[in-house]
Amino acid sequence: MINFEFVRTSTVKNAIAALSKTPGAQFIAGGTNLVDLMKKGVAAPKRLIDINSLPLRDITSDSKGILIGALALNSEVAEHPLIKNKLSLLAKALDAGASAQLRNMATIGGNILQRTRCSYFNDSTMPCNKREPGSGCGAKNGYHRMHAVFGASDKCIAVHPSDMCVALAALDAVVHTAGPKGERKVLFADFHRLPGDNPELDHHLQPGELITGIYVPANSFNKQHYLKIRDRASYAFALVSVAVALEVTDGIIKNAKLSMGGVAHKPWRLISTEQFLVGKAASKETFTEAAAVAMTGAVGLTHNRFKIKMGKAAVREALLQAIR
Amino acid sequence: MDKEINYTESYFADDRVDGIEKVTGKAKFAAEHPLAEMAYAVFVCSTIPKGAIKNMVLYEARNAPGVLDIIYYLNCPTIPGHRPYDKDPNKKGFEWRGLKVFNDNIIYSNGQPIALVIADTLERAVYAASLVKAEYVTEDFITDFEKGKKDEALLKKAGDYKRGEADAYKTAAVFVEDEYTIPIETHNPMELHATTAVWEGDNKLTVYDKSQGPKGTQAELARNFGLDEKNVRVVTEYVGGAFGSALRSWPHVPAAVIAARKVKRPVKLVLTREQMFTMVGYRPHAWQKIAIGAGKDGKLVGISHHAISNTSTYEDFSEGIVGVSQFLYDCPNVNTSYKLLPLNINTPTWMRGPGPATGCFALECALDDLSYKLNIDPIELRLINYAEVHPASKLPWTSKFLKECYALGKEKIGWHNRAAIPGSLKENGMLVGYGMAGGVFGAGRGQAAAKGILKSDGSLVLQSAVSDMGPGTSTAMVTIGAELMGLPMNKIKFELGDTDLPPGPTQGGSGSTSAVGAAINAVCDSLKQTLKEMAIQQVPAFSTAKPEDVQYKKGMLFFKSDKTISISYTDLLQQSGKPEIEVIKDSARASAEAQKYAMHSFSVHFVKLQVHPVTGVIRLEHIVSTADAGKIITPKPARSQMVGGAVGGIGMALTEEVVIDHHFGRYVNSNFGDYHVPVNADTPIIDVLFADKPDPIINPMGSKGIGEIALVGVAPAIANAVYNATGKRVRELPITPDKLLS
Ligand SMILES: Cc1cc2nc3c(=O)[nH]c(=O)nc-3n(C[C@H](O)[C@H](O)[C@H](O)COP(=O)(O)OP(=O)(O)OC[C@H]3O[C@@H](n4cnc5c(N)ncnc54)[C@H](O)[C@@H]3O)c2cc1C
Repeated sequence: MINFEFVRTSTVKNAIAALSKTPGAQFIAGGTNLVDLMKKGVAAPKRLIDINSLPLRDITSDSKGILIGALALNSEVAEHPLIKNKLSLLAKALDAGASAQLRNMATIGGNILQRTRCSYFNDSTMPCNKREPGSGCGAKNGYHRMHAVFGASDKCIAVHPSDMCVALAALDAVVHTAGPKGERKVLFADFHRLPGDNPELDHHLQPGELITGIYVPANSFNKQHYLKIRDRASYAFALVSVAVALEVTDGIIKNAKLSMGGVAHKPWRLISTEQFLVGKAASKETFTEAAAVAMTGAVGLTHNRFKIKMGKAAVREALLQAIR
Repeated sequence: MDKEINYTESYFADDRVDGIEKVTGKAKFAAEHPLAEMAYAVFVCSTIPKGAIKNMVLYEARNAPGVLDIIYYLNCPTIPGHRPYDKDPNKKGFEWRGLKVFNDNIIYSNGQPIALVIADTLERAVYAASLVKAEYVTEDFITDFEKGKKDEALLKKAGDYKRGEADAYKTAAVFVEDEYTIPIETHNPMELHATTAVWEGDNKLTVYDKSQGPKGTQAELARNFGLDEKNVRVVTEYVGGAFGSALRSWPHVPAAVIAARKVKRPVKLVLTREQMFTMVGYRPHAWQKIAIGAGKDGKLVGISHHAISNTSTYEDFSEGIVGVSQFLYDCPNVNTSYKLLPLNINTPTWMRGPGPATGCFALECALDDLSYKLNIDPIELRLINYAEVHPASKLPWTSKFLKECYALGKEKIGWHNRAAIPGSLKENGMLVGYGMAGGVFGAGRGQAAAKGILKSDGSLVLQSAVSDMGPGTSTAMVTIGAELMGLPMNKIKFELGDTDLPPGPTQGGSGSTSAVGAAINAVCDSLKQTLKEMAIQQVPAFSTAKPEDVQYKKGMLFFKSDKTISISYTDLLQQSGKPEIEVIKDSARASAEAQKYAMHSFSVHFVKLQVHPVTGVIRLEHIVSTADAGKIITPKPARSQMVGGAVGGIGMALTEEVVIDHHFGRYVNSNFGDYHVPVNADTPIIDVLFADKPDPIINPMGSKGIGEIALVGVAPAIANAVYNATGKRVRELPITPDKLLS
């Protein structure tokens, strides 16, 4: 761990200014990811800007949707009546993440920007193009049980580890940001990047930008479920996970949004599966077929090939659970 | 809240005597002894698995704030232990165990300590350690067990055995023959290994250490540093779990001692969680091939059991993996073989149930398979082959109440609900399976000494230099003392974990209660005898009595023939002007008994679980662990031991696996996020049932060990239940959901 400067800010404006002032400065919220990375020598910010006192912790709603402040804690959001009642998918995804202790520290903004858990990224003695561009990908020919089966590149096969983000992608959430050039709104599904030739970039946040909140538009999904398959019953990252939001009337699927976790460098929206589902009966048969559609195009390596089969099983099961 | 629980006296009856200290933070663990002028040491570890250090770049680290010194192979002070034969080249016997830390520039494994940075604060030491750079000459290495085991030239023989005909299973009406694999599993107790070393001058050393055997550590340090044993004090009063990792001392112990000598200040060295994977042992990776043949009646004809487990390239570690096949069941023909595969990783060591835990995975799963082939209930199959005497030595058991265990567990788990056809039982859409498997571990009695100090204020202090890594040894000793002296538990204190006390054994192999309990037993007998003699000498009313005429009961001495003549021992001590009396007693190893008997503890574990038919996710529903561990001295801690063992078994069966990248020869999941120790959510209701029958031979208390049999057999019971639920036999642990995908 290196020596660093620590500053506290209490307004969005000051926070953005403080970040822009020093190259290599970084925001810190719950610190549950960043501090670990600093201890491991993976991140070495020169300056930490503590944003915990920014007024971005509220959860509010209007007729069009729900706005969640970037500093709301994972546990607060999962417990909030608005979320529990209207966005049970999000509550379930949050509850499936990490441990109670971590959820009590972790913020929404930090969750979105958490970095991959790939062992090679997290061990500074190993090659990793994401940590050190050009050093190679250790995982590809190494151990990659947790790695991507969709959208990977030659340079990187890491996955985005978040559960919450999988739900937000399905719910068509919007990321609100503020930066030196003003405020922006980015559709959640477009927020994270695929690795391509620049795996060092996880997302499309611009330099100096702060996430101020997440907006989840109102919806009419009456069937929602988050299914996470993992190596132990709690406190483990997803092998695969599936977020399902369906609008079902009289047994017919009117609208469907699905995304997967643990399979790609970003929450993986299942657009063709959604299209396949709309207009069909919400039945076991439909879901079995939909699961096959979902995993079309998946590419497995030695240790993660099972995810293709598991993904299929998970999509089908998540759909079934949603209508149960 | 309080009103809801009925806190009767019996609720607290066998609470841990050190429980309050532990939960209130008063208990001081190895890293919690604040000393003036403390300096903090942090290891720098190798990042290659094999080769040599070419150059160490220390300039930046040396100049970092607060750095007191950096020790590495070029500036490490000469330690007698590094060159044990320097003084006398013919001297045999003692050789430094394991890695000679900072002795030379050779790298044997990734994560090997190569330098120690000592600074005035922990933070500064951590920072400076990050600045140390090493340059290496690398060599070809092998960390891949699967690859290495195919190369006969790499394997070392570690013992063969044959009884009757070899491979007789082939002649049997029915047989099974399969391969089983377990990955490396680590102990990873909650408390990190830590050593605080303090020198007084050049010849006197005190070490606060996490250790299961303070006497062993003392002897090792004395020899390595050329000191008199009496000048080395090892303190390990509280130990926060160990499971075998603290059965010996690892490189950080001498490293802290070297550092403290060099900087002339007390030095504290605490391993990181990552270093807990690469420095303090683990259960070795093991491959087994087992074949069992039986007649149609289920009577065993032959067992062939072969194993290979890994060791390091600088030390051999072997454990009795195939031993269980030689004696757990009655079988006329048994042949076993065992080989070691040295890999370029750190040395493994004993981990809870060492040997049998691995061996029973193969044996008990193979028997399960055989039971389906024979169409005989697995419990019945074990009863058909019940060993009335030890099948190898033909000696009688000191005690064996295994049949009772089968009966207890069968009833409690609801075995009658088990489906004889795998994959045929469903509840709420989930596949349901029942499984069982047995466990065994040697019982016995080691040597121990104990001291008793009986005071005129009515209290009793018992002492022995044993450690209590968590099983509740202190509680058991206080219980034994209370029962024998007829005193309330709160009047008795057991002092332990300090080499200044009478020598106790290393805590391992489930032997502490037996050895130390026997010494406490002798101490209490002797105290009573002393009191009787004192009464006769000092109290006129007793002066005509002989010792055998005097009776001791609940702190009172009586005339046997006239109970009205009595005196309390506190009055007796006061009258005799003695504030206290003191005795030291030894209890010998049970070696004479070992010639005449076979000594073992037994367990049988029963499991009910559910498997999701599509996703393969397993949910344990119920575990029933039954054990013949002799008489149970302290029911609550004994139960806790069994529950802990079952949870360890869940980890072995379902979640725990150290993963190595074989391109880099480096562990990739050496942290608690990625190495999955089971959590509460994985753990079902666990019921514990003891046969609770005293063993008449091993020791005066009638107890046998619990620690190991609590875990041995749990993993195969789970694997057997998975098979019963799904019809899928997973022979490679852990059974993760991907292995059950349909
Ligand atoms: C052992 C372990 C297990 C875990 N398991 C899971 C799991 O199963 N599922 C899961 O989803 N997650 C899991 N997590 C991850 C956890 O959810 C994240 O660590 C957490 O959400 C990060 O939030 P934070 O507020 O602590 O972020 P920090 O660590 O404070 O920050 C993370 C990053 O986000 C940046 N940042 C934070 N807030 C903002 C903002 N408002 N604007 C711009 N940048 C910002 C920081 O600069 C930093 O780069 C686990 C974590 C651990 C340590």
